[in-house]
Amino acid sequence: MTLNRRDFIKAAGATVAFGSLYGCAGGTKGSGNVVVIGGGYGGATVAKYLRMWSDGGINVTLVDPTPNFVSCPISNLVLAGEKTMADITTSYDGLRKHGVTVVIDSAKAVDPAKRTVTLAKGGTLSYDRLVVSPGIDFMWDSVPGLTEAVSESKILHAWKAGPQTVALRKQLEDMKDGGVYALCIPKGPYRCPPGPYERASMIANYFKAKKPKSKVLILDANADVVSKGPLFKKAWTDLYSGMLEYRGNHSITKLDAASQTVEFEFGDKVKADVLNIVPAQKAGMIATAAGLSNVGGRWCGVDWKTLESTAHKNIHVLGDSTAATAGMPKSGHMTTQHAKVAAAAIVNLMSGQPAPDPMVIANTCYSFVSAKEVIHVAHPYVFNGKEFAVPKGAGGVSPSRNELEAKYALAWAKNIWADALL
Amino acid sequence: MKYRKIALAVSLLGFASAAFADNHTISRNMASACASCHGTNGHSVGGMDPLAGMPKDEMIRKVKDFRSGAKPATVMQQLSKGYTDQQIEMIANYYAAQK
Repeated sequence: MTLNRRDFIKAAGATVAFGSLYGCAGGTKGSGNVVVIGGGYGGATVAKYLRMWSDGGINVTLVDPTPNFVSCPISNLVLAGEKTMADITTSYDGLRKHGVTVVIDSAKAVDPAKRTVTLAKGGTLSYDRLVVSPGIDFMWDSVPGLTEAVSESKILHAWKAGPQTVALRKQLEDMKDGGVYALCIPKGPYRCPPGPYERASMIANYFKAKKPKSKVLILDANADVVSKGPLFKKAWTDLYSGMLEYRGNHSITKLDAASQTVEFEFGDKVKADVLNIVPAQKAGMIATAAGLSNVGGRWCGVDWKTLESTAHKNIHVLGDSTAATAGMPKSGHMTTQHAKVAAAAIVNLMSGQPAPDPMVIANTCYSFVSAKEVIHVAHPYVFNGKEFAVPKGAGGVSPSRNELEAKYALAWAKNIWADALL
Repeated sequence: MKYRKIALAVSLLGFASAAFADNHTISRNMASACASCHGTNGHSVGGMDPLAGMPKDEMIRKVKDFRSGAKPATVMQQLSKGYTDQQIEMIANYYAAQK
């Protein structure tokens, strides 16, 4: 058989078509418009990686009401007076340098049919694909007697880093030596499983140095410490004996905000000088408004291969808002990994290619138990065709608290902020 | 006949480049999970080992030693157990090529 010139052109043409279908050696570019709601760990990471992996081909607009990124991880060190707000704040200028359009505003509504996002200050954004990464919002009615107004002014949560972190730090500074700081923890799942125990430890660390007659009381709606339990308990016995007390199975039945008193299903009522109530949580408000909270009316179901919502096409949900599979915590690190799975899928889909199988992802979470010592929990997650699971024998916690990991914890923070935002 | 050979060559080149793109994308995605701690494309901003430009064999040896427990670590002996030999090789390839 011989090919004539026309056959050659046909054969070469088919090759070119094949090449463009699967992306040429230069990589998959993608094109179109992506809107990202939320500029936290997930939103920032997905915005940056979409720009990077599409080689600037995909237009990305990120919407967040706060002008800078403020990290929840490390914010417990701000409460303890070991770090400042400046230490945990990063500008969005790094994202702007990647060509991300940053809009300082709140997303008020999403129209999945028209593919538009309505902004609080007015105006709409059109998208081909939308990424919703709003973190958590609070279920105010989970604590009888608590309202949003009370939680914003007096009985703080400080479970979103920002003005609440500053305000709780001030309450702790203003508290007399000999006072009681009480931390009420909701039933899981909530954002950052070890976070409350780290907070209690670090506030005890502050009291030990500056207000040694004071007390830290942990009132946990869960039966027992939900993360790194033995390591936290050993630190409390060794470092804060007589100063820190843990009480499990403490579900709040009533709050009297005026007298700062809480009552429980079981156990004595508690009056605190600084009362820090972390209410039960659900997916960020915009996720619910957009009709994405389709799991128990609280969390968002996703296809784990792409992080695309199971409620609406062309909308991807990341991080704390997702109905995570067993063993997958609501953490900043986990969310950045969701963001990368989603970015890989979106770049392919917006290049007319199928989404790839997700890579192995991981979570690493460091908790300070004192200003100098840290404990970690770390797990890899492997996609099994349907969801992510931890392989047998993988993952684990620190054998004991140690100073080396305090250095790693701060290095982790600097690197993950840079990876998300710079 | 001349055209047929050229067509075949172009066609093979197309397949090769498509396969390269596919493998590159998979390696890139796989390696990106490490970047949360080790920096974007392995460019650590301090306090964590940079992975960019690490010779392939060195990385393969290190990660396998973490996985077997031969090399002590804080988190890497726990995370490396999530990876197959082939995945470790892909990640090592990707980072070795980063400038």
